[in-house]
Amino acid sequence: MVTELAVDHVSVRFDLPGATVAAVADVSLRLRPGQCLALVGESGCGKTVLASALLGFLPGNAQVSGSATLSDDRGPTLDLLSATDQQLATSVRGRRIGLIPQSPASHLTPVRTARAQLEEVVRAHHPAEPDPRGRANGVAARAGLSPADLDHYPHELSGGMAQRVATALALVGDPWLLIADEPTTGLDHHLVEGLLEEFRRLVADGHAVLLITHDLAAAQRVADRIAVMYAGRLIEIGPPSTVLDAPGHPYTRGLGDALPDRAFTAVPGMPPLLTDLPPGCSFAPRCDRVGPECAELPTLAADAEHAVACHRPC
Amino acid sequence: MPPPVLTGLRAEAVVAGYDPRRPVLDRVDLTVPPGRTVGLAGPSGSGKSTLARVLGLLHAPFSGTVHLDGEPVTGYRHRTPHAQRVRIGVLFQQPRLSVDPRLTLRAAITEPLLATRAPRQAERVAELADLVMLTPDLLSRRAHEVSDGQLQRACLARTLALSPDYLVCDEMTTMLDASTTAALVGLIRDYQGRTGAGVLAISHDAVLLRRWADDTVHLTPDGVLA
Repeated sequence: MVTELAVDHVSVRFDLPGATVAAVADVSLRLRPGQCLALVGESGCGKTVLASALLGFLPGNAQVSGSATLSDDRGPTLDLLSATDQQLATSVRGRRIGLIPQSPASHLTPVRTARAQLEEVVRAHHPAEPDPRGRANGVAARAGLSPADLDHYPHELSGGMAQRVATALALVGDPWLLIADEPTTGLDHHLVEGLLEEFRRLVADGHAVLLITHDLAAAQRVADRIAVMYAGRLIEIGPPSTVLDAPGHPYTRGLGDALPDRAFTAVPGMPPLLTDLPPGCSFAPRCDRVGPECAELPTLAADAEHAVACHRPC
Repeated sequence: MPPPVLTGLRAEAVVAGYDPRRPVLDRVDLTVPPGRTVGLAGPSGSGKSTLARVLGLLHAPFSGTVHLDGEPVTGYRHRTPHAQRVRIGVLFQQPRLSVDPRLTLRAAITEPLLATRAPRQAERVAELADLVMLTPDLLSRRAHEVSDGQLQRACLARTLALSPDYLVCDEMTTMLDASTTAALVGLIRDYQGRTGAGVLAISHDAVLLRRWADDTVHLTPDGVLA
């Protein structure tokens, strides 16, 4: 059996009074063990909504279409978007897909030590384990923590330590796929390096990592593919060197130019409102290469090594 | 000849923190001259934000003083003299925590104008919104209805409302993508170019500070400047 997450034409809409928010539109991607895919884009472009859809964490007013097929040898092949919460809770979350959440310090229970929380997860995933304490220590070691580190309360942990505890919690059930949501935000430079190193090691061990980030430099260092999202759509996907150094989409070029060690110039204009997207290419109002054909929605070429959704690529 | 006035926002031998027995900052001297951008780098927990709060007059030091263009600051937080308070603007790391969730962006930007009973407030807000590129429909939204980048733009507009002479930016771009970071830093530089304001730019991103700041100082983990 092929172990794979196959996301096909996934769209997520939110119904608000008087408006519909098109948060994710027609996103397709594949992820297999040994791969690290970075999903980059500015805040509000739909990255976190896509991850929430895969884990069944969307609020009740969300309307989802498309499919996200999870196939592996851990359980039956399952469409994550149509699975029940019961199926996701008992067989997917923590077991086949692990989540490393945004701002881990606020994700941990403040009144219990890291050890208490980690051992609880060990007991939930491995009820027959005779030595939950030893197993917790083992998982912590894989995330770069010593047993003594676990005896702290979350407020006593630095951002980097809390990040490692969150990683350890995600590793307990030994999922093959890890989704990390903005894991580097607010971390010092050397901690970011350490974390990316950990991700590389997990990928080398046969895990797959979906890294959601707005940090292009981090994405470049760790990912073997970068997918760029704009206004809910994937607009470019390819190897980091191509996407950052020879981008095809004018928006990707703009993001690269905004880096402080490059031109440090912003993409002109503002992202469109997700309640009121232009009918054609949603980047057209900000684009310097816009032409009449941009009134048509460009499509992302499927399954090419480097794909760009643009009528007039750079 | 009168003695020379030392201009700038200056911290002099500032000892500050949250427990007098274990101060976070240990006799720190730092000057932000008018028209200059001083970068402040240092690892987590070295006291960057504490120094930002002291220089923003939001946290009283245990000892040492802050001088504003030669005048010593006599009070902190709500005891800060009005004339000094309005000369320093502060931008925080997390825009979501620094905007009242009940306010629309327009109301949030108006707050400092209301507090100082400024004239022609609606026009001033329109001017500020235009400056930070917020459209009228965004101004009518509340914080949870906009992205981090849009909210931080509103925070910048609010900070610039009273035309401060000094800006303290505490990890202002941490939550933001590269393009919004470049845009906000560009706006601050334009403001500085027009007004000659001094800027303290705090970040753990060395690449950003190299590009943004005129000079960068480093806080060590012991809370001293190196």
